Amino acid sequence: MNRHLEAAPGYRAGHTLPLRVEAVRQLRRRRTLVMGGLLAALPFILLIAFAVGDGDRPSRRITLMDTATASGLNFAAVSLFVSAGFLLVIPVALFCGDTVASEAGWSSLRYLLAAPVPRWRLLWSKLVVALAFSVAAIVLLPLVALVVGTVAYGWGPLRIPTGGSLPADEALLRLGLAVVFIVLSQLVTAGLAFWLSTRTDAPLGAVGGAVGLVILGNVLDAVTALEDWREFLPAHWQFAWLDALQPELVWDGMVKGTAVSLAYALVLFALAFRGFGRKDVVS
Amino acid sequence: MGLRLAATRRRLVAGAVALLLLGGAGAATAVVAGSPEPVHRSDQRLTMPDARIDTSFFTTGPSDRRRPAVLLGHGFGGSKNELAEQAEQLARDGYAVLTWSARGFGKSTGRIGLNDPEGEGADVRRLVDWLAKRPEVQLDAEGDPRVGVTGASYAGAAALLAAGQDKRVDAIAPMITYWDLADALFPEGVYKKLWAGVFFTTGSLAPGGDPRGVPGGTGGSGGEDGPGEPPRRGGGNSAERPQTRPADGCGRFQPELCRMYERVAEAGRPDAEARKLLAERSPAAFAERVRVPTLVVHGQSDSLFPLDHGDRIARAVSGNGAPVAVDWIAGGHDGGDTEIDRVRQRVTAWFDRHLRGDESADTGPAFRVSRTGGINSTNGSATLRGASASAYPGLRAGAVDVPLAGPQQTFRNPPGAGPPSLSTIPGLGGGLDQLRSFNVSISQDMPGQFAAFRSEPLDRSLRITGTPTATVHVRASDAAAAARDKGGTEAVLFGKVYDVAPDGRRTLPAQLVSPVRVTGADEGRTVRLRLPAVDHEVKAGHRLELVVASTDLAYASPLRAADYTVSLADPALSVPTAPAVRTDAAAFPWWVWGLPLAGALIALALLLTARRGRGAHGPTEPDPELTDVPLEITGLSKRYAGSADRYAVRDVGFRVEKGQVLGLLGPNGAGKTTTLRMLMGLITPDAGEIRVFGHPVRPGAPVLSRVGAFVEGAGFLPHLSGRANLELYWRATGRPAEDAHVDEALEIADLGEALDRAVRTYSQGMRQRLAIAQAMLGLPDLLILDEPTNGLDPPQIREMREVMIRYAETGRTVIVSSHLLSEVEQSCTHLVVMDRGRLVQAGPVAEITGAGDSLLVGLAGEPDAERLAKYAEQAAAVPGVASAEPAPPPEGGLLLRLDGGSAADVLGALVAAGLPVERFGPNRRLEDAFLTMIGGPSA
Repeated sequence: MNRHLEAAPGYRAGHTLPLRVEAVRQLRRRRTLVMGGLLAALPFILLIAFAVGDGDRPSRRITLMDTATASGLNFAAVSLFVSAGFLLVIPVALFCGDTVASEAGWSSLRYLLAAPVPRWRLLWSKLVVALAFSVAAIVLLPLVALVVGTVAYGWGPLRIPTGGSLPADEALLRLGLAVVFIVLSQLVTAGLAFWLSTRTDAPLGAVGGAVGLVILGNVLDAVTALEDWREFLPAHWQFAWLDALQPELVWDGMVKGTAVSLAYALVLFALAFRGFGRKDVVS
Repeated sequence: MGLRLAATRRRLVAGAVALLLLGGAGAATAVVAGSPEPVHRSDQRLTMPDARIDTSFFTTGPSDRRRPAVLLGHGFGGSKNELAEQAEQLARDGYAVLTWSARGFGKSTGRIGLNDPEGEGADVRRLVDWLAKRPEVQLDAEGDPRVGVTGASYAGAAALLAAGQDKRVDAIAPMITYWDLADALFPEGVYKKLWAGVFFTTGSLAPGGDPRGVPGGTGGSGGEDGPGEPPRRGGGNSAERPQTRPADGCGRFQPELCRMYERVAEAGRPDAEARKLLAERSPAAFAERVRVPTLVVHGQSDSLFPLDHGDRIARAVSGNGAPVAVDWIAGGHDGGDTEIDRVRQRVTAWFDRHLRGDESADTGPAFRVSRTGGINSTNGSATLRGASASAYPGLRAGAVDVPLAGPQQTFRNPPGAGPPSLSTIPGLGGGLDQLRSFNVSISQDMPGQFAAFRSEPLDRSLRITGTPTATVHVRASDAAAAARDKGGTEAVLFGKVYDVAPDGRRTLPAQLVSPVRVTGADEGRTVRLRLPAVDHEVKAGHRLELVVASTDLAYASPLRAADYTVSLADPALSVPTAPAVRTDAAAFPWWVWGLPLAGALIALALLLTARRGRGAHGPTEPDPELTDVPLEITGLSKRYAGSADRYAVRDVGFRVEKGQVLGLLGPNGAGKTTTLRMLMGLITPDAGEIRVFGHPVRPGAPVLSRVGAFVEGAGFLPHLSGRANLELYWRATGRPAEDAHVDEALEIADLGEALDRAVRTYSQGMRQRLAIAQAMLGLPDLLILDEPTNGLDPPQIREMREVMIRYAETGRTVIVSSHLLSEVEQSCTHLVVMDRGRLVQAGPVAEITGAGDSLLVGLAGEPDAERLAKYAEQAAAVPGVASAEPAPPPEGGLLLRLDGGSAADVLGALVAAGLPVERFGPNRRLEDAFLTMIGGPSA
């Protein structure tokens, strides 16, 4: 036995807590499975709702809802529309807010740190896995909706509520673009939840805090007196992806929304790493 | 007061947003709070022939500073009041600004002459005279001020007239205005009845009647309030002067204009005299005299003064050798986005360059067109992008032929010209341009009243910029009419070009239509149609459709029934594409790139400073002399945040050698756990250092991989089984699987079948054993166990002791912390005793417990305290006894500390002294020693 080593044989800091291991640790958790199930079930629930409801009543305002049963693509778009405002915030807040705080709550955090998994390495693995789970959750919903909708309503062009339609192949790309934007716009939620997660031992506190601040953002965005200042609220752009589903693709809102989200997210992630790197772990 | 309140609120908002922006990025945008420079305004009514003209003069700063002047006029139906904001803005930009209400508008008296050169035209000349006398105004010569003229619609024409009539005018910026009013109201000899009606009724109201009661009000467009604004009713003016219609029905119009209108409106077609009257009052009459730099702003949504008026202005002025820039805005008299802010900036830049002579002012490209993208669904606005060219392309640049097909078609001109087809409805405005980007079109052609000729679907997208043309053959069959009119039958046709999507939806670009009057149509005529000038992209796969219709709601057409037969004379539509016009790169506000960049910089700064903070503390070099020492702690101190004066650990130092089983002892709050946390790199010491095998311990120090720890209870993922927990923990260390020695660890855990159950079902003891097993994974060189026997039953406790002793015998080192003192006593070779954060004693167990040095004397008869104290006095007097005191309960008796004497001698002496000795033996109870050291159990 060599007692002059700096570290145990085979130990390399960069190999600690591999992404795969962290993914397995998180994947088998009940909340992951429940969230996945919920998102996969939503299209079916919508399908039943549209089947039960009387679709003939003309509505005064033209919305995406009116076209839900036009094609699988329409159904997927509507599924996104009903869930983008709030439902899709929750998996992101959950996966990113719970990841560190729950380890602290279980006391397993200190064993990981003493293994030792370097702190930034631990955060990095957890962040990557949490973001990957978030992306999977956001993609899962429209994907299931697309399959379910196509089976129920057939494959066809995306009918646009205000008239006209997009050919199916282009609409599929546009829908993909919308999902990409939703992912990017949720980075700020992810950043907020992740930062809170490193500050508290209570997973609910981190998740709830992130969701609460998102709601606060929505409330502020409703205050029209703020005028242009609202452009700096991430919530202001939460439906900018609709710009991708109109005849003329408009980048403006999505680019601005991404810029705002990215800026906040970078700062919040950095705060998480900075704070956790020097924090006294006493849980 | 209201202003101040508003400013305060904005400042609050600015602060809140700056906070949201987390500092850095917010600073640049928080400048709104500054109060603007005060503008001095003076109102005066100037007496002119037949009228008093109401004016306002705006300046900033000292009155003796000479500066260029700007004359700013209003649209038809407006007044100088609507110009105040723009005037103040120009005044702050360093101009002397004079606004005026034109004859017959606002508080100005006189009759409306539709820019009569001798009426309104002369007024402007006199305003220039007035400016020349002001001390604030820069002069080019005596009585010749440096002056520019701008305004929209009615005032735009006034600006052109001023430039044509008065050589003192130095630059102009006419906006959405006409070149020839006769052409605007009677295009191709067809009476534009809806617009003309709006125009004349607006001016026919009694003076002061609220002109904005008219749908879409023709005034105030472009530079001022957008025409898309809803009509405002009940303004101050109309309250003062009730709206009434005078007896002659002419209102404020000059009588000859009034008569002309009535004549034309009744006839449904203009006559030569009417054309002449309007042409004489149009800028076109002074075409060759407009020789000053001219910024032509024209509207794409403008069926009143369509783009070809702007085209003629531009061609006339540049033909005279003066610089010209053309700007096609999205909106116009029909509504839509009039891009007020951008246009104002451009006008100011134009005057900066051409009045002030500022060579650095960017007057923009020679040609710019705003192109509508989709809708921004966040705020519901249509997005605009600019396209520009370095030269004005005109309306027919880069023409390409798009083949059209369609048979000869015969359609009807219905009697009474109704129901008519729909294209533009004046004043409908507003949301039309937004609808348009959704491909919603209100235009409608009546069945049986039009001929249509279609192209094949385009194989690539085509941008129309200008006036498409087509040539058709027209023949009218109306035998009765032919017999009546010797001149032959006249036909009025309306040409338009639709964009037809693959699904059949038809879009009429800008809702525009071009009328044409065909004389002698009964003999058959070949007509070249100049179709509406637009900027519109036809997507690949769409078709172009030329429609020739017999009616249109906005125009007067013959009331007699007739059949028109139309065929293509040339099977192609000639479409101008203006290839030199390139769409500008998307213009995003600075923060679209700046904000993420600022975020990245802040993030980087946060991370870099964090790194430095961590690295600065303590040594990083390993100490080669200590590589064989499992643990050395020196001068260790820690104070938790929030407890300023109380140290959790203070100045603790000890050393552990290989093969030792070290007991860490102390009551609750002694600092044991804090010490172990620091040892594991979980918390950072305030002072002192910890070296494990010579390497300083910091958070995540690699040397910690040689340490196995079980501290403060188990920490497992409750949803996973015990086996999965151990396996994943080991994989998380990143070390080779074969180094784990899982079997040995599992043997210690002794969980049996429970190993494959979820940890959340475990009892505390099971978790405890699993956690100890986890600490021993990989057989670490230094094993730390914190209260390892908590929750274990006696056989397990004994086994655990043996495990620790065996583990140390392999040359490894074990540190056990416990408050079960007897426990530690039996398994440890060395002890460290702590109390209240301080190290009390350290050394081999035997040394601390004192082996033979300390004796416990049991006394018969349970003596009371008084007696016991007496016995203690007697015992202390015995030679060889250093001290004697009552032993703490429950033992009772005396505790003796020997001073070199032998136990046997002391016993003899005690018995001799008469003490009722019942029992006599060495006090090897660690607890007693421990309590002695820390000053009793109550401490």
